[in-house]
Amino acid sequence: MEFQPKIIAFLCNWCSYTGADLAGTSRIKYAPNIRVIRVMCSGRVDPTFVLKSFTEGADGVLICGCHPGDCHYHEGNYKCLRRYHLLVKYIEQMGIRPERLRLEWVSASEGKIFAEIVNEMVQTVKALGPSEVKTVVETLT
Amino acid sequence: MSRQITIDPITRLEGHGKIEIFLTEEGDVDNVYFQVPELRGFEKFCEGRPVEELPMIVTKICGVCPGCHHMASGKAVDAVFGLTPTPTARKIRELFYMAHFVHSHIAHFYALAAPDFVVGPTADPAERNVLGVIAKVGTEIGTEVLKQRRIAQEIQALLGGHQTHVVLNTPGGVKKGLTPEQRDDIVLKAKGFIDFSKFSIKIFEDVVLANRDYVDLILHGPYSLKIYSMGLVDENLKVNFYDGKVRVVDTDGKQHCLYGPTEYRDYVEERVEPWSYLKFPYLKKVGWKGFVEGNDSGVYQATPLSRLNAAEGMATPLAQAEYEKMYNILGGRPVHNTLAMHWARLIELLYSAEHCLELAEDPDITGKELRAPIQGIKGEGVGIVEAQRGTLTHHYWTDERGIVTKANIIVGTTNNNAAICMSLKKAAQGLITKGTKVTEGTLNMIEMAFRAYDPCFSCATHSLPGNMPMILNIRDKEGNLLDSVRRD
Amino acid sequence: MENKPKLKLAVYWGAACGGCCVSVLDVHEALFDVIAAADLVFWPIALDFKYKDVEAMPDKHIDITLFNGAVRNSENENMARLLRQKSNILIAYGSCAHMGGIPGLANMYDKASLFRRVYIESESTVNENGTLPQPRYEVPEGVLTIPEFYNDVRTLDQVVPVDYYLPGCPPQTERLVEVFMAVVKGEALPPPGSVVGAREKTLCEECDRKKSDNKVIKKIYRPWEIYDDGETCFLEQGVICLGPATRGGCGARCIKGNSPCRGCYGPPSESIDPGAKMMSALATMIDAKEPEEVEKILEDLADPSGTFYRCSIPASLLRRKMIT
Ligand code: SF4
Ligand code: SF4
Ligand code: SF4
Ligand code: FES
Repeated sequence: MEFQPKIIAFLCNWCSYTGADLAGTSRIKYAPNIRVIRVMCSGRVDPTFVLKSFTEGADGVLICGCHPGDCHYHEGNYKCLRRYHLLVKYIEQMGIRPERLRLEWVSASEGKIFAEIVNEMVQTVKALGPSEVKTVVETLT
Repeated sequence: MSRQITIDPITRLEGHGKIEIFLTEEGDVDNVYFQVPELRGFEKFCEGRPVEELPMIVTKICGVCPGCHHMASGKAVDAVFGLTPTPTARKIRELFYMAHFVHSHIAHFYALAAPDFVVGPTADPAERNVLGVIAKVGTEIGTEVLKQRRIAQEIQALLGGHQTHVVLNTPGGVKKGLTPEQRDDIVLKAKGFIDFSKFSIKIFEDVVLANRDYVDLILHGPYSLKIYSMGLVDENLKVNFYDGKVRVVDTDGKQHCLYGPTEYRDYVEERVEPWSYLKFPYLKKVGWKGFVEGNDSGVYQATPLSRLNAAEGMATPLAQAEYEKMYNILGGRPVHNTLAMHWARLIELLYSAEHCLELAEDPDITGKELRAPIQGIKGEGVGIVEAQRGTLTHHYWTDERGIVTKANIIVGTTNNNAAICMSLKKAAQGLITKGTKVTEGTLNMIEMAFRAYDPCFSCATHSLPGNMPMILNIRDKEGNLLDSVRRD
Repeated sequence: MENKPKLKLAVYWGAACGGCCVSVLDVHEALFDVIAAADLVFWPIALDFKYKDVEAMPDKHIDITLFNGAVRNSENENMARLLRQKSNILIAYGSCAHMGGIPGLANMYDKASLFRRVYIESESTVNENGTLPQPRYEVPEGVLTIPEFYNDVRTLDQVVPVDYYLPGCPPQTERLVEVFMAVVKGEALPPPGSVVGAREKTLCEECDRKKSDNKVIKKIYRPWEIYDDGETCFLEQGVICLGPATRGGCGARCIKGNSPCRGCYGPPSESIDPGAKMMSALATMIDAKEPEEVEKILEDLADPSGTFYRCSIPASLLRRKMIT
């Protein structure tokens, strides 16, 4: 059976979640591998959310926020951008493939783009195989 | 049916330790193993860390002598950057280091060595501790011991920031300087150290040297080991703790080698035994011939006594006089009596105190040039210092950004691993023969061979009121308990 | 104090450096207060080490056990279980027991690579036969045993339930004495699972360095790349300091030595991952809005895991580097 990755998607309420919703209402097909978690702002995505997703079995984590300049809380998405780059560096050093974590800007009108991002990420993560964290957790003494 | 005696706990600086004594069917000592049951693997997990962080990471190899690791590491880092510390920085480091030695040597002598001599090696263990010592020599002295140790600690904390895991060193220098007021205060304290060191040597003379039994124990007890002696020396071949070259002399006092830090691998090699997590260093040019004594065996020791053996004298006048006196009384250099380490340690204490004063009075010490400017990263460096418990070597390799790619560390006590095994065996052989009833006193006399090498476990032991309960089990091969001696 | 029975106190070290035990000894004069109020019933650095004696104690015989050191091998684990059973209150004492500590950095590697480095590849070691230490080994005279070395370093609470955490590498002795005296006086204890002997506030609040509320970082410097003025907050000079993500309690002792904090007191209570809070804090301070700029600034961050989790990799959500 083909490996079906589990991807956690943190979507900002104002833009990206609406964008994802649009993809749904417009009946744009995209891979069913994502589990959506709605957050008020991408700036609300604490590093622990991402790390906990991995330890609880996610094969990938997608964070989507409003385009630069559009954040309803002004700076939330910039903060998220910097956290994302920090986290990528950190998880890579911890032996997790950095492609498993992705940050994208999706506006309320970008339903199609959202679907494409999801499809692309699912492909990437499928190619990577199950998360390194899952394999290692079982070996912990 | 052979029998096996386990002394467990023996604890030591990098963790825990255990002694296994095997007896023949007749009840003589067949063999003794000193096992170190622990490894933490600093050499590996220093990899990937920025090299300037290592002086703060490696202090956690040992919380009893963190300052030594900090210094060896700091010097290795200087070398990685190709830097020589400024005169002020070097002197501040050395000043810190002398305070570290004063502190450690005081603790060792009073809390560890003195109980065996002042109270007596087979005295009631309930009294054979630092309180017993105080009871014999008087409470003012006890107070003074604690005071001097505290003052030495205060100097360390002043310079080192963190009172245990010092943070002083930075590439090519130190992070903090001294004000003239602080210096004046240290001058006074150092004078106090000198008086106290002289006084300690006096106690040793009055209590130990004036007692024929003790002198006999030092000279003829089961505590002698004829092996090579290692120690760091300055350009005049005088004992130095912070810098210089490593000199090794053979059992007759003839120079075997004199090497700089970067050459250590030409002279020292380590071997692995499957029954211990601690490696066994030996002299490469002589080779490993097993746990045997003599000039044909590469086993060496790195202790206060071996440092004095390996040097031509002390760099300060009072210590030099004591050095001459010791060798006169013990019949010339080198000395191979394990218990003479205690005497050597006191001479080192006096040297540390005198040098502490020299450094504090040096005009450079309050200088403002705390570090040499960074020029680039060379990528490899070795740092060697004398730790209280032996020559300590840190060797790092880095990439061009100064991230550690490899690290090799030979810790002070590791040098003495083989020697400790052998000293214990000799002591056990001398003390346990067929028909002897093994008593608590026997245990302590075996431990004394160990204690001479390593203050940290035992100083803690003896510094507590009460005693050190311990059990020695004698078992047959199947592990059945035949006899049990306990001290509590 | 009336004739209350004396407290029974135990101190044990697992994978430790001895610094925690020294911090207990450093109670100096207060040692006499401690001894007046407590009997030390077990302390390997000082007292009988035999497991059998502890085994022979009735359950919960010991009132308080201070367990320092991480769990690195089978002996550490067995002792943790035994002491849990025999102790009323088990305290994870010091960073190693609390979060894995410096020995926890070994979780960036595995057992095989640690052994290879130390026993085979080390430049001063000669080991043609590839001899490695064995838990059980037959010598001509009999059998020798040593504990089994595990692949991972664990915190104490990953092995047994822990009542309290007393953080620090090592804990500041005064904090220990405060906690101890509170117990002796019979003061109400905080709920089990709490951190004791540390502040709720962060280290920044007890640090004397000059700081502004809006820290801005345009470039990250290694400590030796700046000329520290001895007065300005390290982060404001661009040097990573874990102060904002670390509990107070140590008296800012590293900072007083002009060295940035490395987080040995662990994160404030709300954090479930010790390094995450620092990453968050740093993300707020970095002054860049373009991905390229952010990446450029972060290039100078040499060792995120070893910096944000210097003393806490085993206690982090990820617990170790994924080595498959
Ligand atoms: S917490 Fe620090 S002082 Fe305590 S044992 Fe661990 S490394 Fe040593
Ligand atoms: S970040 Fe460090 S230097 Fe700055 S205030 Fe906090 S503890 Fe002090
Ligand atoms: S400054 Fe930080 S690293 Fe240093 S002792 Fe305090 S909490 Fe620990
Ligand atoms: S509200 Fe969408 S990212 Fe801030």
